[in-house]
Amino acid sequence: MQTLNIEALKRDFPILAREVHEGIPLVYLDSAATSQKPAGVLDAMDTYYRRYNANIHRGVHKLAEEATGAYESARERISRFVNANQAREIIFTRNATEAINLVAYSWGRKNLTKGDLVILTEMEHHSNLVPWYILAEERGIELAYVPVTPEGLLDLDTYRMLLERKPKLAAFTHMSNVLGTINPVREMIAAAHAAGALALIDGAQAVPHLPVDIQELDADFYAFSSHKMCGPTGLGILYGKERLLEAMPPFMGGGDMIKRVELGRFTVNDLPHKFEAGTPAIAEVIGLGAAVEYLAEIGMEAIHAHERQLIQYALERLEEVPGVWVFGPEASQKGGVAAFTFDGVHPHDVAEILDGNGIAVRAGHHCAMPLHQKFNITATARASFYLYNDHRDVDVLIEGLYKVRKVFGKNDKPQGQAHG
Amino acid sequence: MDDLARELIIDRYQNPQHKGRLDPHDLGYEDDNPLCGDHIRIELRVDENDVVTEAVFDGHGCSISQASADLLVEKIIGKPLAEVRAITKDDVLESLGIELGPVRLKCALLSLKVLKGGVYGLEAGQASDELL
Ligand SMILES: Cc1ncc(COP(=O)(O)O)c(C=O)c1O
Repeated sequence: MQTLNIEALKRDFPILAREVHEGIPLVYLDSAATSQKPAGVLDAMDTYYRRYNANIHRGVHKLAEEATGAYESARERISRFVNANQAREIIFTRNATEAINLVAYSWGRKNLTKGDLVILTEMEHHSNLVPWYILAEERGIELAYVPVTPEGLLDLDTYRMLLERKPKLAAFTHMSNVLGTINPVREMIAAAHAAGALALIDGAQAVPHLPVDIQELDADFYAFSSHKMCGPTGLGILYGKERLLEAMPPFMGGGDMIKRVELGRFTVNDLPHKFEAGTPAIAEVIGLGAAVEYLAEIGMEAIHAHERQLIQYALERLEEVPGVWVFGPEASQKGGVAAFTFDGVHPHDVAEILDGNGIAVRAGHHCAMPLHQKFNITATARASFYLYNDHRDVDVLIEGLYKVRKVFGKNDKPQGQAHG
Repeated sequence: MDDLARELIIDRYQNPQHKGRLDPHDLGYEDDNPLCGDHIRIELRVDENDVVTEAVFDGHGCSISQASADLLVEKIIGKPLAEVRAITKDDVLESLGIELGPVRLKCALLSLKVLKGGVYGLEAGQASDELL
């Protein structure tokens, strides 16, 4: 596999050339929150607005035809990128959160009744917890959680035990946005199927960073977000198996999702339009089409290998810094995410001091409060990597962390000297 | 952030002067900043003339939230409740001596929100940013 030329890749992302403070360049280590966008994506959206801005699926004029063509061909490309069986299984939503909510509201309301069990995990993002809490309140369904081990892995023995209780659905993340853990989703999906359950995968952190083949995984539902994979905000994707989507009631009503409306009744449109009520995020879909083309050209295997190497280096260097504790498994089991605490310094203070050095990291609970509670902490600082990060970025982070120590009066004088 | 102000904040964070609990107390109130998990509890003793005789805070969070609580509690000891009610967010920011962006502003003002919730005798969780 060819190694990536990161210097060249960095130049594809105009924002990486900016300074954050005078003379201090940006070191962007917050891609798990949202990724930066390459120029090709910005250009694709710009061209749509400048050259063929029109609504889709409803005009016969030239611009409408071009816009509809670009929108649907982006859907094809996105479908191929994750190897869906057909493009009509790719539904556009506002974000991964809405994709999961679509399943909870449409599939869940139709198929789950009082006492039915849904399995979740302790490492879920709030977006794959709260929709199910709402449904539990509304329907009286039962929820059970696969525990996270101290190493930051899912406790698969408990998962198997929970499956014996014949759940209707297992919903879990492909990759944790805090621990970085890459879960064995293929095996977990197969186990769910063997127990008669469907499997919904939150792929918001996986699709941007790993090769994902949805057919090979045999996922029933798979959700992800455009903005974390070099695409624009405002766009998420729900993959669903055709026969499941066909059997589901619509999620929202309005234009585009209908075939025919009379006073008092309507007939539902075909997939995927059935789930895309109203004017969609046309420019964003076109932008994501360009993003997946960009990522595919570089190669997801190469991106994954690069990030693996980078996280390995980052974990080694972080270990050197006294007082820093990284959560999650070792490099071979995780993606490019390092969430850590710093003895005696709150993550917000860490992030603020790093910001002074141009380094963007996130501090907080990262929308995974239950996971933080599990580890008995309220917050972590999180550095996350993407294809445009390199060893130098890690080095700047480490220098920044030594500055944090200095600001908080931790003495790093050579051993043997008195401490102040 | 200016270095002197930061030194004051970090000093108060690492060596708070008024951290603890008062048992019994006349007023006690607490709240969180959901964004970052900062937590502050303030407890007061008040004499028959409604003057604050003792005040402490307890909690956890970033240096700004904790230093701000320590400074605020210090400020109100010996003051009548009427004066405590009149403390504004500018007073708090002035004692911290730093400019803050909108996110850190919430950290800095959590203690004031807690204090006001307490002196206005609100049920836990009722204090809103409008009190500030
Ligand atoms: C694992 C995981 N799931 C879901 C989401 C939600 O994504 P979005 O906010 O784009 O809906 C995120 C993003 O923060 C995430 O990291």
